[in-house]
Amino acid sequence: MSHVAGPNAYNLRRDALIERLALFSLTGPALLLVATVMLVPVGWLFWLSFLNDAGGLSPEHYLRMLSQPSYERAFRATFEISFTTTAICILLGYPLAYVLSQLPRRAANICMIAVMLPFWTSLLVRTYAWLVLLQRQGIINTWGIKLGLWDAPLALVHNLNGTLIGMVHIMLPFLVLPVYASMRAIDPDYLKAAANLGASPTRAFWLVFLPLSLPGLLAGALIVFILCLGFYVTPAVLGGGKITMVANRIATDIELFFNWGAASSLGVVLFILTVMILYVASRLVRLERLLGGGDA
Amino acid sequence: MKNEKTSSKPFIALVMGGIALSLSSYGAAAQQTLTVVSFGGAYQEGQSKALFQPAAKALGITVKEETYSSIADLRLKVKAGAVTWDVVASGSGSAARAGTEGIIEKLDYKVIDTKDFLPNLAGDYCVGGDVFSTVLAWNTKTFGDNGPKSWADFWDVKKFPGKRAYRKGVAGALEPALMADGVPADKVYEVLSAPGGIERAIKKIKELKPHVAVWWTSGAQHAQLMKDGEVDMITGWNGRFDVVAKDGAKVAYTFNQALLDYDCFAVPKGAPNKDLAMKFLAEISKPQYQAEFTKYITYGPTNKKAYDLGTIDAAYAKKLPSYPDNAATQLTINLDWYIKFEAQAAAAYENMLSE
Repeated sequence: MSHVAGPNAYNLRRDALIERLALFSLTGPALLLVATVMLVPVGWLFWLSFLNDAGGLSPEHYLRMLSQPSYERAFRATFEISFTTTAICILLGYPLAYVLSQLPRRAANICMIAVMLPFWTSLLVRTYAWLVLLQRQGIINTWGIKLGLWDAPLALVHNLNGTLIGMVHIMLPFLVLPVYASMRAIDPDYLKAAANLGASPTRAFWLVFLPLSLPGLLAGALIVFILCLGFYVTPAVLGGGKITMVANRIATDIELFFNWGAASSLGVVLFILTVMILYVASRLVRLERLLGGGDA
Repeated sequence: MKNEKTSSKPFIALVMGGIALSLSSYGAAAQQTLTVVSFGGAYQEGQSKALFQPAAKALGITVKEETYSSIADLRLKVKAGAVTWDVVASGSGSAARAGTEGIIEKLDYKVIDTKDFLPNLAGDYCVGGDVFSTVLAWNTKTFGDNGPKSWADFWDVKKFPGKRAYRKGVAGALEPALMADGVPADKVYEVLSAPGGIERAIKKIKELKPHVAVWWTSGAQHAQLMKDGEVDMITGWNGRFDVVAKDGAKVAYTFNQALLDYDCFAVPKGAPNKDLAMKFLAEISKPQYQAEFTKYITYGPTNKKAYDLGTIDAAYAKKLPSYPDNAATQLTINLDWYIKFEAQAAAAYENMLSE
């Protein structure tokens, strides 16, 4: 400090402020981008949802949602399917991440590439690939019948089954990645200490490992759940028209009413419901810690 | 550095030349440009080759083609006061609703001659360009030569066991249900317009619902479903089935009780070249253009004179939806009904689907 010319507190504070502003200005391009391509259009759509066809202020788009039971069913289906997908992802993804975290780094990295590989393939391609596999004369049904495993074609697609299969496949990496990261961060000494204190491996897992990996699991589950809420292509292609999630309903309304307001009102309600769920979730677990990553 | 300087001279020359060229083409020919928008794909390619470009040549104008996805795009343009399109291709129903909404112009039938058109294929806002049918199609591997012949057969799951596919949208979905329920074709819209008519049709579809494996949303999808053998019986647009049948799909269809519908052309409100657009529509409504278009897809002409020119092969003509014998067995879509009741019917249909 001694070499600074006028080493008074004022100068130091000013320098600190300038430095902080300079640092903040680095976010400028990103902020500008978010403002122009996110906030402005989203805000505009939000505004449109309160206008009627004549351009006057009116809650008609929201009243329509209340008066027709199909809207409520679309929201219900959206949350049910998202919840089920998340649950299946946890059941499949957690053990997978656990096995990976116990492997030596090198082997784990190779396995991780296998997990990530589908992630790098177009969602549309994967969805249509499932259609080819699962349909009535698809590969699975053809071989299942040929091998005598079942007699009549199973209804694997064009229904809820197909939708869930497709969605779980797409969402699994989103769960495995954060869970794996949080598991890797767990100090193996904790488990050794537990064993040292007389815990069986099972007991050590339930009492030590699981609680420590929980923040990663919750973060992964939350990401999966929220991404599921906006699904459109997968239920449209694999649901056979029987699965109507909110995004599908938005598309129908755009075609039917030619009306961005009618459609964006659905988006607004979905957004509000999602924020409410996030709020409840944040009361249950400490959200800021989840989003901060798995550094428990 | 030196290189850059020298190479910029030819570049400037090129730019100047380009400007000069574009100016001269403006001045000399004073050619008017008409912007036409359609749905792209094989459909627009056919339109371009059979209608747009030959008509442009005949009128001595330039036609610039664009593609769009739905009338919603046009609605935005009109609302924003930034209309750059002169002619839009559209489904008849969308155009009719757009007309009541005031986003397209009334057509000038003093310019466009439709006296040789088949009945009901030219509306106030939209002049028919081609005719297609929503038909009953079936898997010939499942049913052999004894395929279903009517909507009553489509509903008869005892006589014709097998998986069905039906349209997810309400357009063209209620009419077959009423015909299956015993309503004669010419009374369908009367029943649908009366109180309880929509409910009656929906109740009938609900009956079939457990047997509907897929509710289709697009022409590409219903064609693919038949190609893959995913369902045994389906509704859909005739041209699409012909395309996959050529590809080896085991599919046949009947025009009996089919729904006759049409694609059409409209002029957006505030189109920059409205008068020229009317002349252009008059040109492409002439029988020779319409006959040419049938070569690209099995959609029929709206102008019945097109059949008399002799340019459409006689055997091929019998496959077209608007061929007189085929048209006679069909029910023509009633656009007035859709304008009045579609929103209401769609809501009831969605509720039935989501139950």
